[in-house]
Amino acid sequence: MNYQFDWSAVWDPAAWFGAIKVTLAYGIATTAVGLILGLILGLALISRFWVLRRAVALFIGLFRCTPALIQIVWFYYAFPMVLAVNMPAWLAASMGLTFYMAAFSAEIFRGGIQSIEKGQWNATRSLCMSPWQAMRHVVLPQAFRRMTPAIVNQSIIQFKNTSLLSVVAVHDIMFTASSLTAETYRPLEVLTFASVLYIILIWPLASIAHVVEKRSAQGRTR
Amino acid sequence: MSRPFIEITHLRKLFGDVVAVDDVSLQLDEGRTAAIIGSSGCGKSTFLRCLNMLETPTSGTMRIGEDEVEFADGEMIRGADRSLNFRKSMAMVFQSFELFPNMNVLRNITLAPRLVKGMRRDEAEETALALLDRVGLKHKATAPVTELSGGQAQRVAIARALAMAPRVLLFDEATSALDPELVGEVLAVIRDLASEGRTLLVVTHELAFARDVADTLYFFDQGRVLESGKPEVLMENPQTERLASFLKRYSGQV
Ligand SMILES: Nc1ncnc2c1ncn2[C@@H]1O[C@H](COP(=O)(O)OP(=O)(O)OP(=O)(O)O)[C@@H](O)[C@H]1O
Ligand SMILES: [Mg+2]
Repeated sequence: MNYQFDWSAVWDPAAWFGAIKVTLAYGIATTAVGLILGLILGLALISRFWVLRRAVALFIGLFRCTPALIQIVWFYYAFPMVLAVNMPAWLAASMGLTFYMAAFSAEIFRGGIQSIEKGQWNATRSLCMSPWQAMRHVVLPQAFRRMTPAIVNQSIIQFKNTSLLSVVAVHDIMFTASSLTAETYRPLEVLTFASVLYIILIWPLASIAHVVEKRSAQGRTR
Repeated sequence: MSRPFIEITHLRKLFGDVVAVDDVSLQLDEGRTAAIIGSSGCGKSTFLRCLNMLETPTSGTMRIGEDEVEFADGEMIRGADRSLNFRKSMAMVFQSFELFPNMNVLRNITLAPRLVKGMRRDEAEETALALLDRVGLKHKATAPVTELSGGQAQRVAIARALAMAPRVLLFDEATSALDPELVGEVLAVIRDLASEGRTLLVVTHELAFARDVADTLYFFDQGRVLESGKPEVLMENPQTERLASFLKRYSGQV
């Protein structure tokens, strides 16, 4: 082994800064919108209307069982064509990943909500609270606590999956790494550096999970 | 007009082929206590749950005060406009407490009054603190419910039910999940409620307590009311073999 590391290859602060911003923007946006959508889909999964349940289950199945990479490419190129609409590139690029997040988190929400004991629902109904009030004040808060680890896990996966957006020319960290590699022929240095950036961005997210888990383990109340 | 305050007539509840409640009729005057006894699986809980409409009765009529609802073939056929009032006139205390673990004691009690009755926060808290004081737990107002003993949790649950100002309180084996040494404190609260003239429907396995507190005793067997009447009369002079052997079994245990 006499590979000579040449770290000067990664020296391009302007490109990296821009890339970090893009990765963060796509990561946060597709995670946040995906979670909200996932909550709605999760509620639809346990609704009383079987047509809705079936339709949503089908949608979720499609997204869970196909690779995120294909979804991104498909939504970027095919979706605007099929619908014959002009979509801004950033929107077309984020749709696949957003639905991917929504599909997985919908299952997390469904499981979390259904894990709350029937007795809690009985108590709210006996107190004449509406199903929606029960969901919002009693069931969801408890479900969220139980779901935190799974949601954080899925969000971490989502942040890493933003790297797939580089194939549709989103100038994120991965895209920047690829172009620097092409310029400098120094993939080891560039990819190692990119990994360090991902770690710095994502690690804090994992720590938040620990704090929240500890707090809910103590059964803290507001 | 001397019709009873609570009147249940020909109530039935089926789960598939299982007849959980079979043609039960019950009457209770305001301020009185009825106790329901019977062996496991005889339909006591299902009966209370039908009354509170946690289950939809298959058929029968239920009236509390002026609010009457009627069911046939598993559907409400009369009184839909009265059913919310009907439900608001009672509150249930569960065997497993069912306090909301995501909020503290005080908020457990104020939540429904604020959401359902639109009570102002300070007003709801004032009522809640007074109720907590009644059940001897004012000092626990800001405690998380996870820090309560079983007896304390059940007393909070009673306070929570009282906060809705129900006209009738339903107890489904309120002490069955408690350690023996904690049963007394909860029974004492229920006894107080009975003696201050509340209307109570109490499902219990505590026969001595039932005899003491109830004005009318109902013995359930396989979903039916097999015997009913004054507790001391039923207990001293059971008319059926079933009740006699039930009493023998349960008083033998104590
Ligand atoms: N949700 C349900 N689905 C099907 N069957 C049920 C359901 N709930 C109750 N049952 C049946 O109805 C019958 C009466 O049950 P219930 O819980 O009312 O009895 P119980 O008198 O309260 O008994 P216990 O003393 O054990 O609490 C039983 O045969 C039970 O298996
Ligand atoms: Mg029961």
